[in-house]
Amino acid sequence: MIDFVIGHYGYWFVIALLTIGLWGMLAKKNLVKKLIGMNIFQASVIMFYIASTTKWNATVPIIDPAVGSADATHYINPLPHTLMLTAIVVSVATTGVAFALLIMIYRRFKTLDEPTLLERMK
Amino acid sequence: MIQRNLPVLIPLVFLFASLVVSGFGIWKRQLAYPVALFATALAFGVALFGLQHVLTVGSISYRLGGWSPPIGIEYVLDPLAAFFTVVIVGIALLVLLHARIVVERELPERSVAYYAVSMLFLTGLSGIIITGDLFNLYVFVEIASLSGYALVAVGEKQAPVAAFRYLLVGTIGASFYLLGLCFIYLESGSLNMADVAKILPALHSKPTVVVGVLLIVVGMGIKMALFPMHGWLPDAYTYAASTSSALLAPIGTKVAAYVLVRVLFFGFGVEYVRTELPIADVISWLSAAGIIFGSVMAMAQLEMKRMLAYSSIAQIGYVGLGIGLASPLGFIGAVLHVLNHALMKSCLFLVAANVRTSIGHSTIPSFDDSLRRQMPWTMAAFSVAALSMIGIPPMAGFFSKWYLALAGIEQSQWVFVAVILASSLLNAVYFFRVWERVYLRRPVEKHPVVHSESRIESREVRPSMLVPTTVLAIGILAMGLLNALVVELIIRKAIPPGL
Amino acid sequence: MSPAETYQSVVPLFAVLVSLVVVPLILVSAQRPNLRESWTIGASLAKFGLVASLLPHALAGRTAEVRLLEISPGIDFALRADPFGVFFALVASGLWVFTSFYSIGYVRGLNEHKQTRYFASFAVCLSATVGVAFAANVLTFVVFYEVLTVATYPLVIHKETPEAISGGRKYLAYTLTAGVLLIAATAWTYQVVGDLDFRAGGLLEGKSASVETVRGLFLLFILGVGVKAAIMPLHSWLPTAMVAPTPVSALLHAVAVVKAGVFGVVRVVGFVFGPSAMSAFGLSTILAIFAGATIIIASLLALSEDNLKRRLAYSTIGHLSYVVLGTALLTPASFAGGVLHIANHAAMKITLFFCAGAIYVNLHKENVSELDGIGRAMPWTMGAFTLAAAGLAGVPPVNGFVSKWYLGLGAIEADAQLPLVVLLLGGLLSAGYLIPIVYRAFFRPMAGEKGTREASALMVVPLVLTATLSVALGLAPNLFVHLHDLAMNISRSVIDGGTP
Repeated sequence: MIDFVIGHYGYWFVIALLTIGLWGMLAKKNLVKKLIGMNIFQASVIMFYIASTTKWNATVPIIDPAVGSADATHYINPLPHTLMLTAIVVSVATTGVAFALLIMIYRRFKTLDEPTLLERMK
Repeated sequence: MIQRNLPVLIPLVFLFASLVVSGFGIWKRQLAYPVALFATALAFGVALFGLQHVLTVGSISYRLGGWSPPIGIEYVLDPLAAFFTVVIVGIALLVLLHARIVVERELPERSVAYYAVSMLFLTGLSGIIITGDLFNLYVFVEIASLSGYALVAVGEKQAPVAAFRYLLVGTIGASFYLLGLCFIYLESGSLNMADVAKILPALHSKPTVVVGVLLIVVGMGIKMALFPMHGWLPDAYTYAASTSSALLAPIGTKVAAYVLVRVLFFGFGVEYVRTELPIADVISWLSAAGIIFGSVMAMAQLEMKRMLAYSSIAQIGYVGLGIGLASPLGFIGAVLHVLNHALMKSCLFLVAANVRTSIGHSTIPSFDDSLRRQMPWTMAAFSVAALSMIGIPPMAGFFSKWYLALAGIEQSQWVFVAVILASSLLNAVYFFRVWERVYLRRPVEKHPVVHSESRIESREVRPSMLVPTTVLAIGILAMGLLNALVVELIIRKAIPPGL
Repeated sequence: MSPAETYQSVVPLFAVLVSLVVVPLILVSAQRPNLRESWTIGASLAKFGLVASLLPHALAGRTAEVRLLEISPGIDFALRADPFGVFFALVASGLWVFTSFYSIGYVRGLNEHKQTRYFASFAVCLSATVGVAFAANVLTFVVFYEVLTVATYPLVIHKETPEAISGGRKYLAYTLTAGVLLIAATAWTYQVVGDLDFRAGGLLEGKSASVETVRGLFLLFILGVGVKAAIMPLHSWLPTAMVAPTPVSALLHAVAVVKAGVFGVVRVVGFVFGPSAMSAFGLSTILAIFAGATIIIASLLALSEDNLKRRLAYSTIGHLSYVVLGTALLTPASFAGGVLHIANHAAMKITLFFCAGAIYVNLHKENVSELDGIGRAMPWTMGAFTLAAAGLAGVPPVNGFVSKWYLGLGAIEADAQLPLVVLLLGGLLSAGYLIPIVYRAFFRPMAGEKGTREASALMVVPLVLTATLSVALGLAPNLFVHLHDLAMNISRSVIDGGTP
């Protein structure tokens, strides 16, 4: 049991991040904080991919003469990392769009506080 | 030669167009619209050609960058994908034809950006449909979503707030999909849909796979506004510029439904979602609840666009129900309803846009029969679309319900049959509310002068707006009469293996 | 009798379409009323001609058929002019000719608004009605049935008064709900049988289906068509819809809508379920009980109604159930009587409504209690009214007697006493609510100014003609269009099964 908990510490970390992110998006009143929550949430997914490719006794996926290319288990799978590069780009773009929206909202309503905003939207 | 490249051409045309539109737009603002329109027409031509080719010759697989699947990214144009591209690009073409005056009126300074973003939006949608790679699909989902947020944000005063909410919820959806995909990838080691479909059956009982499937379904459920994950939709569609909602509503959520079909039936296998992990049942029950909820909420709305938005939640329920029934008839009903609803909803949103252009708002309680006298053709189109939504034969809307009802009866799912039929009556109530005002309510006269019919000046919109609206209305009738052709020639060929 | 044979012909299609193609013509001639009305007249004559041209074939047992396109895989959008279809189409299109002339007199006499919409909707209604008559399968039937529902709505709310609008809502609420149930029944039938073609003797005949399925299907079907057929307790939209202009009421009650309902009942009983299933599962008894109760209750309600049109509406509800009762008794004579009553009641009831309309246009009187002495002011109108009233009560030689005779014969054949009592009682009650009107009109002194003031010839001539027609059909049931022989053929083909 304890081994299970300790052995998967990376995943617990991811789950914690995911929860914090979701909580931030749902519970926080300030729109910027919601956005921060969203970023944490996205980061947790990215971390999950990275954590899942962890491999003991293996190296970066560049052929090392010392290791040789006969046994692929000595190398880390590079694909999730590259996927996450794309995901990071997507997340940055999303954040950019979100900031643009926040700026628009602030210019129109002079607030980023959700209750006040709802009040002024009527 | 060109046939082999067909799959990639459609997203490419749109991607290229979005760059050209912004480039030309900076140089000369007036050029943005014709370029966008031309690109869409071109893509529509390609999509039609692709459909014809797929139906006569067979599916086309394109290897991006020359890498063969499963290592490389594969683009596949099979009957289902070809059908969806034709529907989506066709509707987009009509909406864009209609858009010019609305954009000039509602977004005067931002027309270039609007057209560029809409091209990007279509890049995303067509990419989602054509890609055969699960991660590439995520990228296209995000392209479509990001441009979707932007399309919503340009609109009324409250639009950015609606867009921001949409962005938060949409990102949760996409991230769930990504997370689910990670589980699937960890088990199968592949991202290619066809490959995953081959590997997965051996791993079905693994908890990781189950979690992955559930996360993907929830993620796409959010994107398709499946009840109860629909919260983002009404505000987004209501506050967006009229032409944005006309572009988003008919085709946006449909693509998420398409992903669901792809992933569930083609990726995980029919048998799996039907019996081993009864996710299909869950989807159909949620959809049934969504049909009733959306219809009831639509009845309570005072603003026409908001009413149509809730109606969209109900209508996507039909698609979900068809998917959830997981039978050939249900599949036919769902896919046919994608087409029918795209026609009906775009027609209705164009009507709303016409009304807004003409009288400046679309608040239902203020409608009266001056509207009918001023805009007879628009209102005729509205009547056709509304009759179709209610499900009066021989309009198109009747037939998707017909297949769904057949599917429900086939499986003795009486509750679903009852829901499908009851929703017809609910639809009748909320459309009839508008209809009765438009055709029967006397205007409250500001001046006590009796107007004769001839003295009412026509405020019908210009032909560039009227023609797409009426084409859609005629399309609704034509699709009703010709639905068997579409079903026999296209949809039957698209039925997933094992269904 | 030659064996039933089918031949390809586009005549049924043209018969349906002819009134549909004049709709755009009516709409564009909105500014020229005479031209507009000539389209209506032309279409009605052409329609009747086309339908009549199918009659010799139908009598010879040859069925014209046209398959248009598939509307659902395995189900064609197809029209078939079988004897029963021809029978109903003849009644509907024949009476449309009279109604067209009468309508012109009526709307012009009252200077009604939106006449273009009125005539256009009328034409669509007739297309749908003939479509209902000729529908070769249940799905095609449903399509036309729903079109009829929608096309009638603008006529019901024609006056656009709050009363008319709420009447329209009620109408739509009832008929759309019924339509939905009918669609459910159709889909279910298709799943059970795999086929939807109407067949004399029953589509379900010889198919294995559980008792629950057949009962459930029957319930859905009867609820679906029973609303238009105004079987109690599904009738309450009909008196409310009386706010419509009188020619519309005539159309609703005599020609198209309610007759499409009872036509549907006969189709369902005779051509979907078939006599053996009907009796084997006890369905006919249930239907007969409801029909019998409707006859008595509706007649009693008619007695207490002062508004003339509403009284006639309850009378219609009662008489529609004669048809249903005849169908439910499932003997050759009763079935033929029921079918005949579709035509006979149509001729009589249209006369009565025409009279009510003429009185309204001419004297602006709507209530029975105001009709004292008007027989002297409008002798032709009230004369026609008297004939039709006598017919509804079952007095020979008016045609109502003929159908009631067969219905009674059928009841005796079936050895059923109760239906016979209901029929006799119904006849007495019909006399009870109609004869007092005649008495008032002719034997009570008239209030106000004296002298003859008939309505315009466009109204009086059609109603005199329909009254004459009623008598003529009573004296010679086979006159002109061989309705009697047709009814007998239909009945034989359904009850004896297979070929006529």
